[in-house]
Amino acid sequence: MAQPLVVLQDVNKHFGDLHVLKSIDLSVDKGEVVIVIGPSGSGKSTMCRTINRLETIESGTITIDGKPLPEEGKDLAQLRADVGMVFQSFNLFAHKTILDNVTLGPIKVRKKSKSQAEKDAMALLERVGVQEQAHKYPAQLSGGQQQRVAIARSLAMEPKVMLFDEPTSALDPEMINEVLDVMVGLAKDGMTMIVITHEMGFARKAANRVVFMDDGQIVEQATPQEFFTNPRSARAKDFLAKILTH
Amino acid sequence: MDELFDQFDIWSAFGQTIYLAFFSALGALILGTVLAVMRVGPVGIFNRAGAAYVNLVRNTPLTLIVTFCLLALHYQLKINLAPATSSTSIVDNGVRWAIVGLIVYHAAFVCEALRSGINTVPPGQAEAARSIGLGFGQSLRYVVLPQAFRGAIAPLASVLIALIKNTTVAYAIGVAETAAFMRDALEFRPDLSLMIFLLVAGFFVLLTMPLGILLTNLSQRMAVKR
Ligand SMILES: Nc1ncnc2c1ncn2[C@@H]1O[C@H](COP(=O)(O)OP(=O)(O)O)[C@@H](O)[C@H]1O
Ligand SMILES: [Mg+2]
Repeated sequence: MAQPLVVLQDVNKHFGDLHVLKSIDLSVDKGEVVIVIGPSGSGKSTMCRTINRLETIESGTITIDGKPLPEEGKDLAQLRADVGMVFQSFNLFAHKTILDNVTLGPIKVRKKSKSQAEKDAMALLERVGVQEQAHKYPAQLSGGQQQRVAIARSLAMEPKVMLFDEPTSALDPEMINEVLDVMVGLAKDGMTMIVITHEMGFARKAANRVVFMDDGQIVEQATPQEFFTNPRSARAKDFLAKILTH
Repeated sequence: MDELFDQFDIWSAFGQTIYLAFFSALGALILGTVLAVMRVGPVGIFNRAGAAYVNLVRNTPLTLIVTFCLLALHYQLKINLAPATSSTSIVDNGVRWAIVGLIVYHAAFVCEALRSGINTVPPGQAEAARSIGLGFGQSLRYVVLPQAFRGAIAPLASVLIALIKNTTVAYAIGVAETAAFMRDALEFRPDLSLMIFLLVAGFFVLLTMPLGILLTNLSQRMAVKR
């Protein structure tokens, strides 16, 4: 029986006068892969970032595995270790080698020994296909390789859920698939994932559900099949018409 | 030239300058780092205290700070940095208070140099650090500061060079360093004034120029590729 792992209830947030998250309710089950889609500026990134408290919220509650998000300090750091995050711009630690990028969290947060962390990191780098690059620096890798390292860095923390904020939109077209393939693999292995992306191929292959956001609200939720072939709301229809013409 | 070296203890004056510069630089780097962490940290009161310190100190003449240290803190408030009973108490207090003044003053500039280094680190680096579960201190220590230091080497070089030259204000409180030698030498050997000026200028150039070249080189080699 699936149980909710991430639950947002009546979450509200403003940036100044701008109401970016309007009473958001979202529940994601263990092992579920949820795609978040919607126009630019609709609040997708902000919603994602509230889940590991990179953004604070003004009202509502967010729970992970039944526990409300800690406000700050050690508990918050612990929570973040359990919530992986993959950014649009990779954000690999620029002064560290690929291997050190992946082992930093396990050594400093999970208190693994260096040798164990390196062994595990090499296995992860192999899983995402960049083991050859282990001793290079991020700037020496292609965008696609960097993003796969970023995924390995998150995986090294053995997170309960992974958040992806447009992981392929900074990539050259020929590199998109190498990253999506890794993500499809993760989904198949049962990782709980919340993915902001407009890649419909990925949505069709790996997603259980599509969440459509517009203007700070969740407007519609459906299976990928339903959503892409038969969107209910006018706003979703309008949005799909726009992205499908590209 | 030989006459000058015979007549004055130039080596010990040069040595005193190097001593002042070394310990002031060390102290200023430490205090400046603490101030920079206060200024970028999440605690509002520390932010404001750090900013107030920098603005106050940066806009006060160094001579005033150094003389304040000796005259107000030492002579008036009787704070001793060397045992009052020791035979070298007066000299030691002078040197140590000069170092304190130099540290206090240059820490503000070190802080600003580090902050400009921190500004070279994209916010995404700290976000990525936090999102793998590193705390505030760990994010600074393992991710932000190592990159900030690399980005701060060039501005720090300017601060260090200024600090070396600024050690000459210690002469205002009677420390027997290079500027004090210069004053004495000019007074007693006005016939050699040109040589005296060249000697002192040469000494400072010898001290600062290799440092400048070294640090510029280092900052290029250590630059974080993005
Ligand atoms: N740090 C911020 N400060 C002020 N406004 C912001 C900030 N981050 C995002 N916004 C605004 O909030 C809205 C939602 O942004 P975002 O969540 O990034 O949308 P999306 O990811 O869907 O494009 C946008 O109008 C954006 O300009
Ligand atoms: Mg976004």
